[in-house]
Amino acid sequence: MRSILPVLSVTAALIVFWYAAVIPMNAQWAQDQARRAGTELSFAALVTDTMTQARPRLPAPHQVAQELWNSTVVEEMTGRRGFMNTGSLSNRSLIYHGWVTLSATLLGFAIGSALGIALAVGIVHNRAMDASVMPWAIASQTIPILAIAPMIIVVLNAIGITGLVPKAIISTYLSFFPVVVGMVKGLRAPDQMQLDLMKTYSASGGQVFAKLRWPSAMPYLFASLKVAIAAALVGAIVAELPTGASAGLGARLLSGSYFGQTLQIWAALFAAAILAASLVALIGMIQRVTLKRMGMGA
Amino acid sequence: MIITRHTGKWQALGVALALLVTVSVGGWSAAPAPVMTASGGAVALFFVHHVLGWPAMQRGWENKLLLIGIAALIYNTGLALLANPASAIWFAAAVTGVWLMAWWLVAQLAEAPKRDDVIGRFRSLLAPFLFGATLLWLWEVAVRALDVPRVILPAPSAIWARILRSTDVLWVDFVQTFVKGALSGYAIGVAAALVFALAVDRSDFLRRGLLPVGNFLAALPIIGTAPIMVMWFGFDWPSKAAVVVAMVFFPVLVNTVQGLAATEAMQRDLMRTYSATWAQGLLKLRLPAAMPFIFNGLKIASTLALIGAIVAEFFGSPTRGMGFRISTEVGRLQLDMVWAEIAVAALAGSLFYGIIALVERWVTFWHPSQRGR
Repeated sequence: MRSILPVLSVTAALIVFWYAAVIPMNAQWAQDQARRAGTELSFAALVTDTMTQARPRLPAPHQVAQELWNSTVVEEMTGRRGFMNTGSLSNRSLIYHGWVTLSATLLGFAIGSALGIALAVGIVHNRAMDASVMPWAIASQTIPILAIAPMIIVVLNAIGITGLVPKAIISTYLSFFPVVVGMVKGLRAPDQMQLDLMKTYSASGGQVFAKLRWPSAMPYLFASLKVAIAAALVGAIVAELPTGASAGLGARLLSGSYFGQTLQIWAALFAAAILAASLVALIGMIQRVTLKRMGMGA
Repeated sequence: MIITRHTGKWQALGVALALLVTVSVGGWSAAPAPVMTASGGAVALFFVHHVLGWPAMQRGWENKLLLIGIAALIYNTGLALLANPASAIWFAAAVTGVWLMAWWLVAQLAEAPKRDDVIGRFRSLLAPFLFGATLLWLWEVAVRALDVPRVILPAPSAIWARILRSTDVLWVDFVQTFVKGALSGYAIGVAAALVFALAVDRSDFLRRGLLPVGNFLAALPIIGTAPIMVMWFGFDWPSKAAVVVAMVFFPVLVNTVQGLAATEAMQRDLMRTYSATWAQGLLKLRLPAAMPFIFNGLKIASTLALIGAIVAEFFGSPTRGMGFRISTEVGRLQLDMVWAEIAVAALAGSLFYGIIALVERWVTFWHPSQRGR
């Protein structure tokens, strides 16, 4: 609780900095407009103009907030295709697009973290896997996923899989890696003294794993799960870019970029940010509860 | 007892079985009989020795037999590549045999006693190499046997041929994307994050305020800022570097701040009893203790950097660069070129990561995860 004041002041400083940046970023356009109209802008007029442009280079925070509000609550409540009028989510609202992205994210995250934990357990317990798999897990992350996304989707289409699964596969691909790295580190965190103690108890491999390695890996697991779910969201968004997807936050980013709709880009970006923050906060909550029950909580 | 010393018995059995099937079903007629008899016999004897522990053999003899067996398998492999897929059992047996053989070899390598000399280092590189070579070989065989269309998945040999043919284009793209975009962005982002972390570290108020905000920003899909960066910094590499800076900044910052707080109260008290200054405490205690965390952030950032630079090129770039080439060649259905770029990216990224991991081993040699495994 004692960190509320610092967080608020840092956030306030960021917002002030943002507002200050809006003026020089958008001044060019405002000056050009004024010159064409043959008028001279006063400083006050310049500031108001930079804050209210329809397609600013850098939109002001309140414009983004306004756009977010319009494309979620207002669209669903009053829009022609909104929830109130049709009973289903509007395809113009960020709630709909966010849900499309979220479902792919969660599926990919679930598969990816399960795969990551399994691989890490294998790497720690099997020297053949340690020697051969780990370098390739690293190499796999250097393959630009966006490049193979269209190919994955073409191949999966050929065998009749469409929709959610291809995106989830890309999320899986991005999210398994942090879990592998974190869990390998975590499962190896017990030092020689502790392992020797287990040996003096004549503990079996399974017991060493269940009673020593697994519990001491928990802080590492949650740290990497937080990274992994954020990566899964990035994967789902990136997967929507090259495939001509018509729904999802990535599709909103791309169409905003095509048509120069900066407000739409920023609103989609912030919707993605809010989604990511809530997902990470959710895992943070589970982490706190789990670690507290294990007696490791602060 | 020889039996208990060796692992991977069932793989050995599998290889022997696969060889038997290969030899009996089709290999007999396709290969010169003496070669097959000799190599098949050698491999069979070798595996009998390993599985049953009989007959007793000198160590050196095992290796010689193994070499003959590998030669036979490579021979089989060549045949499998040329094989008519119609003789499905023959083909499947040869493929399975090679796969199990590779697995078994890797297991043997990993079980071998550790050595600290050149041979030991060579061995530790051999295992991942074998694993990768097997994967590539399976890919090649699968593409040829199933007759996969070139526009869906080209064979590794076709990709390799393409790499050799267009080294000049690949080099230009590599310089544009990796050296100019990713590396410069990585350097700027990491330096800024480290300096910022040290500044934050001096003030408890700032740390408590910035850590949650930084964590929040680190979790954001920052790659989404790519269209904005392209709009601000133009099509050339500065916009790519800017995306990379934004992507690597927060993971490194959060890890560093966390690492600087990772010392125990007892250790800090000790520094205080020495009446160490802030700088001394930082250099001698807290920075070394933070190194595992910092390298964790650096490793995560290294993979992010290349991805960021490539993805940013999808939103606009000059007519060179890996991301540009990939998106245009996908459109022209030249998938071998796309895979060539991917191979270059994977190689560059792996080397980058490997260098950082080497430096980490050198800097944090004391950490449990770097010591005896």
